[in-house]
Formats: sequence, C-alpha cells, structure tokens
Amino acid sequence: MNNQAKALQEKVVSAPTVPAEFEIHPEEVSQFSDSVKKLSNVDINACYQCRKCTSGCPVAYAMDYTPAQILQAARLGLKDLVLGSATIWLCAACETCVARCPQDVNLVNAMDAMRAIALSEGYKPKEAEVADFYRYSLGNIELFGRMYEMGLMGRLKLATRKFRKDMSLGLGLFKRGKLSLIPDLGALGVTLRIRSRVRKSEKK
Amino acid sequence: MIYGYYPGCCLNTTCKDFDTSLRSVLKALDMPIRQVKRWSCCGSSAVHIASRQMAASLAMTNLAKAEEQGFEQMLVPCAYCYARFKFAMHEMDKDPELRQNVEDTLKHKFTGRVKIIHPLEFFATEEIMKRVSSSRKRDLSSLKVVCYYGCFLSRPPDHFENAEFPQTMDRTVKAAGATVLDWGYRTDCCGGNFSLTRTDIALKLTKDILDGAKQAGADAIVVTCPFCHMNMDARQSEIEAKYSTKYGLPVYYYSQVLAAALGAPEKELMLRMHFVHPQRMLEKAGSHGKQ
Repeated sequence: MNNQAKALQEKVVSAPTVPAEFEIHPEEVSQFSDSVKKLSNVDINACYQCRKCTSGCPVAYAMDYTPAQILQAARLGLKDLVLGSATIWLCAACETCVARCPQDVNLVNAMDAMRAIALSEGYKPKEAEVADFYRYSLGNIELFGRMYEMGLMGRLKLATRKFRKDMSLGLGLFKRGKLSLIPDLGALGVTLRIRSRVRKSEKK
Repeated sequence: MIYGYYPGCCLNTTCKDFDTSLRSVLKALDMPIRQVKRWSCCGSSAVHIASRQMAASLAMTNLAKAEEQGFEQMLVPCAYCYARFKFAMHEMDKDPELRQNVEDTLKHKFTGRVKIIHPLEFFATEEIMKRVSSSRKRDLSSLKVVCYYGCFLSRPPDHFENAEFPQTMDRTVKAAGATVLDWGYRTDCCGGNFSLTRTDIALKLTKDILDGAKQAGADAIVVTCPFCHMNMDARQSEIEAKYSTKYGLPVYYYSQVLAAALGAPEKELMLRMHFVHPQRMLEKAGSHGKQ
C-alpha cells in the first residue's frame, strides 16, 4: 500500500465518532430488528439485498421465503410473516451465507434469535418436528450432561408418533454398536447447573 | 506436552470407530493425549434454540475445565464440537458483556491459555505429513478418494481452513498414500441437522454429494464430521432406494485412512461399524511396504 492510500485508510478508519444524539439505532428502523439484535448481536439492517445468502443456501428450495426475503421482512418489521415462516426452522445452520455475506450479517445467529423469539412469544412452529427436535436435544443434554441418543430418538418418536420411520436405520445402528442403551452419566449435573445459572442471570 | 482430548458425545457412541482410529494414529505419531475430566456436551444442534449465553456457556465450560486441569492445547476431533468452541470464543471476543456473563455463569475467568486445535491442523503440518508418508505400512495408492469437509470445519471463515476451498484433509490423506481426486462438493452441506426430522432434505443434499463423488470417479469418500458420516454411510441405501440409483461408496473418517496407512490392526480401524462396503479400503491396500 502506498502512503497516500495508507493515509486515506487511516482517515476512514478513524472517522470521528458520531455524537450519541445523531446515532441511528436499529429500533428506529424496526422494533423487530432491534429484538433480533438484542438476542444475537447481529444488525440485520446492514443487509443490502445482494442475495448471496439465497444463491448459496442449500435448503432455499424447500423454504417458503428465501433467506434474503426473511431478512428484508424482518427489517420491515413483518413479525408475523417471519415468525410464522417455515424458513426460520429450515435453516440448516451450514453457515454458507455467513461465509459469503459482504456485510457480515450473521444470518445463522439471526435465525437462532428469530426462533427463540417465535418460541417465547408462542408462535406455532411451522416445522413442528424440527422445533421439537431442538427442544428435546436441549432437554436431553441438560438432563444427562452428555447426549443420550437413544433417549432423544425415543422422545422424538413419542412426539411425532411416526414409530416405523427410521426403524431399520435404528436397528442397523444398534447392530453395529453405534447406539448405547444406557446414557453416559460422566457429566451428570454439569449442564443442569449451567442452565439454572444462565436462567437466573438472564432474568436480571 | 500432553494434549487435552475432548471426545464429545458422538465419539463415545455413534462413532467409536473415529475415536479409536484417531487414538491409534496419535499413538503412532507419539502424540500423548489425556481426556479432559468431566467433559460435557458442547451444545450440538440444540443450541439453535438456546440463548447465546447458554450456547456459549455449554461449550466454554469444557474450556474452563481444560484450563483448570492444566492443559495448553485441547484437541477437538468432532467438527460440530470444534465449530461450537470457535463460535463461543468468537462471540465472547466480540462482545465483552457476553464474556462477563459466561465467566459469571461458569465462575471461571478465562486466561486464553488453552488453544483449541483440530487434529487436521496438526496432521497437515509438513513435519507430520513427512513422518506419515515415510512410515506407511499399507499401500493405499489404488484407493481413489474424494475428501468431504462439510460445514463446520471450513465455516465460519475465521477457522484455520479456507471456507470455499479447504485442503488440509486432501493433503493429509495424500500423505497417507491414497489417491486424492479433485471435486466440487468439499464444503456442501449434507443436511445433518435434519437427519431425524426433515429426512427428505437430508437425503436430497446427501444425494447431491454422493452424485458428485461418483462423477469424480471415487472408490470412497473421506469425511471428518460424525453427522456427515451418518447421512452418507448409514442412510446411503435409503438414498439409493428413494432415487433408484446405486452408489456403493464406502465412507471413511480421515483417521481411519491414516491408521490403515500406518499399519494399525483391524480392531483399531473398527470398520465393522460401517454400513457400506467397509472392507474396500483394506481390499485395495497393498499388503506391505511402499511400492
């Protein structure tokens, strides 16, 4: 880099800080994008709709709204559309969009926040099984400290009542010694303790 | 120096083959490890509904234990766990308030002394690759493979790997003597999170990857993530039935390829845990020495 470019870069980087009264806060753009920011530390207002996230998204074909559409809807404050969409549950969290976003909008973290808001405000998940799976996984590791796969699969079966689905897969896994009948209790209590402390601290 | 070892839940259950073969390789390379005591689940896919503080705390409690137990480096073989650790550290660096909350939750002040490393970071160094290639006991040159990285080893982009064109596994497997082919599906998602719920999505995404491997002319796929392995190996026959096609592609962990090359006995490879043509690697292997 030559000196002139360096000087220019320094100037840009050290641009004077904006006085607080002129700072634009996300909640002025949309209340909803501010809620997302609070939970995920992601400012979705930085999105300029280039749609790189959508082009690279492996699950976009199965979604009702594309990732870029969900972002735009969230910015516009269309809360019911976003929280009632299948898209927020169909994000595979593969991070392809995160790796490619020119504006550093971490869409995976933002989707996590949208799911959390949907659950806490009582929106019925459009992909109920996916929501159940996350819920039971969390419950499973909280209870046992380490993932107990048989327990999770059993719990999921009870909820979905699709008892025949994946039966032969399960048997195959079991035959090959991939599933353990009894849970590993080597970290019993560790996660439960963390959960109760996190809850206490988040209530504050 | 003894490395801390964080197996994670999967390596204890669904992929003991990964764990056992990796330990065998580390032993052959004189890399002493000791399991971190009282390790707990990193949060896995459940964190997608947990709060940020909960997600970060679930991973970081293990790092706190590693610090307390005096380790300087902690090996994290599972790609999902590795990504959770990196995520937690990254978020805490960006957000001092989160760091404070996590430290309060865990009653531990992080010094940053323990470094998280992925085995491939270590294996893909010049020294180790030279050692592997000069101590090969089985000849794997007639085994043509493609290396599949999936999501969590290459992304988010601040990992040790290139997000769009990762190479560490290709190099490592080449050092082990296998023939590594180029292909375009190294970092495509297999749909691991949906394996048990929207199985149709997982099958479709995995099918695309298997198609890519077949087109490249591979005899086998080498992977690093337990979730990907499950989709590609255990669900392969289901995909074949659904899409009326035939792949017959065995899927190995890179540690199994390394262990095989270094002459590990069959019980340390644990190939019997696989669904699709588990023995192909050994059938194709030359009986001894380099040619």
